[in-house]
Amino acid sequence: MPHADPAQEARTGPATTPPPRRAGRTGLDWRARLVLVGAVAVVLVACFLFLFVKGPLSFTLPRRATFVGAMAVVAFTQAVATVAFHTVTGNRILSPSIIGFDSLYVLMQTAAVFALGGATVQRADGLAGTVAQTVLMVVLATLLYRWLFTSRRGGIVTLLLVGVVLGLAFDSLSSFLQRLLSPTEFDVLQLDLFGRMGAVKAEELPLAVAVCAVVGVLVWRRRDRLDVLLLGPEHATALGSSHRRELTTVLVLVSVLVAFSTALAGPMTFFGFLVATLAYQVAGDWRHRAVLPMAFLLGFATLVGGQFVLQHVFSANGYLTILLEGVGGLVFLTLLLRKKALT
Amino acid sequence: MTAAPPREADRPGAPRPVAVGPAAPPARRRRRLLLGALVAVTLALVAASLATGGYDITLRGLLTDPAQREMFLISRVPRTLALVFSAVAMGIGGVVVQLVTQNRFVEPTTAGTTQWAGLGFVVMLVLVPGAPPLVRMLACSAFAFVGTMLFLGVLRGVRARGGLVVPLVGIMLGAVVGSGTLLLATTFDLQQSLGAWRSGGFSSVVRGFYEPLWAVAAIAVVTVVVADRLTVVGLGRDVATSLGLRYRRTVVLGVSLVALSSGVTSVVVGFLPFLGLIVPNVVSMLLGDDVRRNLPWVALLSAALLVACDLVGRTVVAPMEIPASVVLGVVGAAAFLALVLARGPRAAR
Repeated sequence: MPHADPAQEARTGPATTPPPRRAGRTGLDWRARLVLVGAVAVVLVACFLFLFVKGPLSFTLPRRATFVGAMAVVAFTQAVATVAFHTVTGNRILSPSIIGFDSLYVLMQTAAVFALGGATVQRADGLAGTVAQTVLMVVLATLLYRWLFTSRRGGIVTLLLVGVVLGLAFDSLSSFLQRLLSPTEFDVLQLDLFGRMGAVKAEELPLAVAVCAVVGVLVWRRRDRLDVLLLGPEHATALGSSHRRELTTVLVLVSVLVAFSTALAGPMTFFGFLVATLAYQVAGDWRHRAVLPMAFLLGFATLVGGQFVLQHVFSANGYLTILLEGVGGLVFLTLLLRKKALT
Repeated sequence: MTAAPPREADRPGAPRPVAVGPAAPPARRRRRLLLGALVAVTLALVAASLATGGYDITLRGLLTDPAQREMFLISRVPRTLALVFSAVAMGIGGVVVQLVTQNRFVEPTTAGTTQWAGLGFVVMLVLVPGAPPLVRMLACSAFAFVGTMLFLGVLRGVRARGGLVVPLVGIMLGAVVGSGTLLLATTFDLQQSLGAWRSGGFSSVVRGFYEPLWAVAAIAVVTVVVADRLTVVGLGRDVATSLGLRYRRTVVLGVSLVALSSGVTSVVVGFLPFLGLIVPNVVSMLLGDDVRRNLPWVALLSAALLVACDLVGRTVVAPMEIPASVVLGVVGAAAFLALVLARGPRAAR
């Protein structure tokens, strides 16, 4: 355990990081931790790419590399989105996927096919179409969740419940609309919507990677401001940071990230939450310069390692996301029940 | 900001401001009028449900043409009865779960009960593929019972945590159980059965298939008989015990009733979200919290709502159908959100 200060544990509960002064005092420096986890990730990627190859490497390698690329994108989007979201909303329970961001994305896709027809959507499938859809999704998600977070109805629990139920409502609405589609349109949607990491096409990756890079740079340049937000809205405002503006900015970035993650890998409710929670424990520093890369590396290592083990040890190929959902749900539940700060 | 102390108003046992006029008698007359209207609406919906369908059936044909009569009895009547019975089961189940957990925002689907029944459904498909429906229902009920007791056990640690954590815990438990079920189904190639089960099929309900739902009628009668005890349970363990009630036994009885009705309903028609949540709350808002008096209202309103949802699902895409559960999911989630959000300003006062 990186930080085992009993007084601190008693005050904030086990799930929160220690205040800045104590960070990294015990055990390894945060840089060393990053290097360590990074090395593990690299080893896992190497194992995944080069072990158990049947037939020529020139055939397997590109496909596996695409798979690894997709996993990297998913890990990146989920990790960065969740950590940034946790910071601006001032808690570590509410996470974008849990409160329905990805359900909203699915609903928007369905609505697009429903309103415009499958053919139009497919024709617009190039860069312009994707950009237009993403922009629409971003605007809607930002407006909706900004309203939710600034109206301050009740506490975190109310927000969480409202978010979860909103997600359920979006899901129902999507399946309602999907029933109204003709079978061909439904096929288009199905192709568009329920991406699986293993079936990502190589030509989809460059755009996703580019978007990740842009968003990554944007978030990285704000890392100090995000650190200030961790002090709470009052202190952050006193230090000259506009909480509302930061909230809006981060919500925009988060919706972009979730849109790409969902497009590539389908909805994953608890993955981001799981990775972020783990990163807070392991990073050894509370600052975003440590937590953000750590969350990404942990997520990447989890996906690659999990897929490797499932594929070659249990020969169970499609199980990774289901398994992650179960484990993430249990962790979420435990945290929810343990966390004194919630009351 | 994070403070959310347990709010009296979230508990079903707590007095609710009832819309009583300056004098009581007009209120009672109005209530009777309302009940009459509700009965009329429900009957009209039931009639509409009986009259809707692909096969052309007219009132006169029903009396003269044996083929039409046959069709009517094989398909229309069972479907409508199944709708009414499962609606009653979920509505009354919602009332009982809300009393037992002392929380307004809980019902069989947000307490994990239904998801456990689903796990039982898949487990039975794996272990005893050819089990007769009755055995399957009992197994589902057993799973639902275990799951609900587990939920109550988990809750004991968080009772004081304010109203909204409880349904959240239930939904999350349900999600975990659901992913376990999915894992099992994927392993044994049963995703399709699971999907068909989840989307609530009233379309496949015909004669010879829905009859177990009559058990729900029996459960409803038992619930009415023990209604007063359940009301006392809703006041909390300490109050209930000091009033001379065997708290544990009554809780187990209540949970068994819910588990049994959810088990039966889930095997025959699948997953019906939010019904048990909206209806009891709406009835409580209108009438207060006397459980015994409310039960017929809950039953009627649940039936009306589900039949209406099913009618919408059947008519919108006419020759095809949208499962009632999907329509219910949209309507129900919206109503649930309205309930939670409307609570904000009131609780702040």
